[in-house]
Amino acid sequence: MIDKIQGSLAAALAGVQDGSTVMVGGFGDAGLPNELVDALIVQGARDLVVVNNNAGQGESGVAALLASGHVRKIICSFPRNVDSQVFDELYRSGKLELELVPQGTLVERIRAAGAGIGAFYTPTAFGTELAKGKETRRINGRDYVLEHPLYADYALIKAEAADRWGNLVYRKTARNFGPVMATAAKCAIAQVHRTVALGELDPEAIVTPGIFVARVVKVPRVPAAAIAAGRQ
Amino acid sequence: MSYAKRSRQEMAQRLAADIHDGAYVNLGIGLPTLVADHLPKDREIFLHSENGILGMGPAPAPGDIDTDLLNAGKQPVTLLPGGAFFHHADSFAMIRGGHLDICVLGAFQVSASGDIANWSTGEPDAIPAVGGAMDLAVGAKNIWVMMEHLTRKGESKIVARCTYPLTGVGVVKRVYTDLAVIDITANGLVAYDLVPGLGLDELQGVTGLPLNAAFSA
Repeated sequence: MIDKIQGSLAAALAGVQDGSTVMVGGFGDAGLPNELVDALIVQGARDLVVVNNNAGQGESGVAALLASGHVRKIICSFPRNVDSQVFDELYRSGKLELELVPQGTLVERIRAAGAGIGAFYTPTAFGTELAKGKETRRINGRDYVLEHPLYADYALIKAEAADRWGNLVYRKTARNFGPVMATAAKCAIAQVHRTVALGELDPEAIVTPGIFVARVVKVPRVPAAAIAAGRQ
Repeated sequence: MSYAKRSRQEMAQRLAADIHDGAYVNLGIGLPTLVADHLPKDREIFLHSENGILGMGPAPAPGDIDTDLLNAGKQPVTLLPGGAFFHHADSFAMIRGGHLDICVLGAFQVSASGDIANWSTGEPDAIPAVGGAMDLAVGAKNIWVMMEHLTRKGESKIVARCTYPLTGVGVVKRVYTDLAVIDITANGLVAYDLVPGLGLDELQGVTGLPLNAAFSA
């Protein structure tokens, strides 16, 4: 019997090696797999490359992972935030490498990796600092920049519900990077609020089919008030 | 002659009046978000948010905040009946693929040829952050910029060439400022809807670039 549902966060993260590239879903607090990120700090893998849209807010989640010193490099589109003090200090002191990627290019590079695309041309960033040194090409009168896929060893994502085959549905804007990152990682790990029996998820509504998901772990929903308190 | 600058709300109102019924629109972070409060009530306008919303509604009542329902500025929002959620790759396909009718962006500078600089001041110790600005700049059918006409030092933000790092090249079609509306055309800058009391010569003086009057406005 195939059962991707793990008994604990530690089991879900078993085997993460030093030097791994780890994608982390989420945009703002929505869709951030905070419990998996906390467990990754405990798991202890070092020299990590982290891919996330942001670079942590406050002192928990991705910010805590950066503060742990386990991360060598972050690939993201928008590290700066009013409460991105952990990133800001590590970046300014040269302890953390940053690869800044436009948001749409970031997600398309992830999509390309998951879809088996060798590289692609995008009009985004043509003529800007972020295209410096990159191959460009004019196609049908428009200028494009060559971009390459972004692969990961692990993707940590948050979904609403899963079954034991790893089929996933999401909730509202917590979906964001999750479905795309799941396709690009050798091992996608989803934390979910509910696990359901096979057949309970409407097949017309499954967003991430289980083929993209290696492991699932159930995590209780945190009340909104607790999230707000944690950010202060 | 004396004149009063448009307030931020008046700028938002002036811009919102130009958004057509049925338009798919992305409002950038900052000043452009004010436009949402002034959308004409007799039109159905679809607001898009980069993080995966079409049909975005206003901020919720304090007791109805849902931490899974945020906008691109990471603020709580609502979904209108008929609205939809989707993942980031689909969201940026909408942006990059030319499916949005209008994107409104804030800017540090806009050049006479439609270049926009809005993501970085270029200062060496600044934390760089770009988000979706470069994707929006190349993607929407119409890029409109909403910004104050002058810097705090009184320098024009509409310039011959941007001195700040570029976000996009030759993409801006129209600029809404606190002094006027300016179209960027193949035949140069066309100014109209100047605030009452402000003449074209005076506007040209503070802008430091040749401006044409719009005859049809």
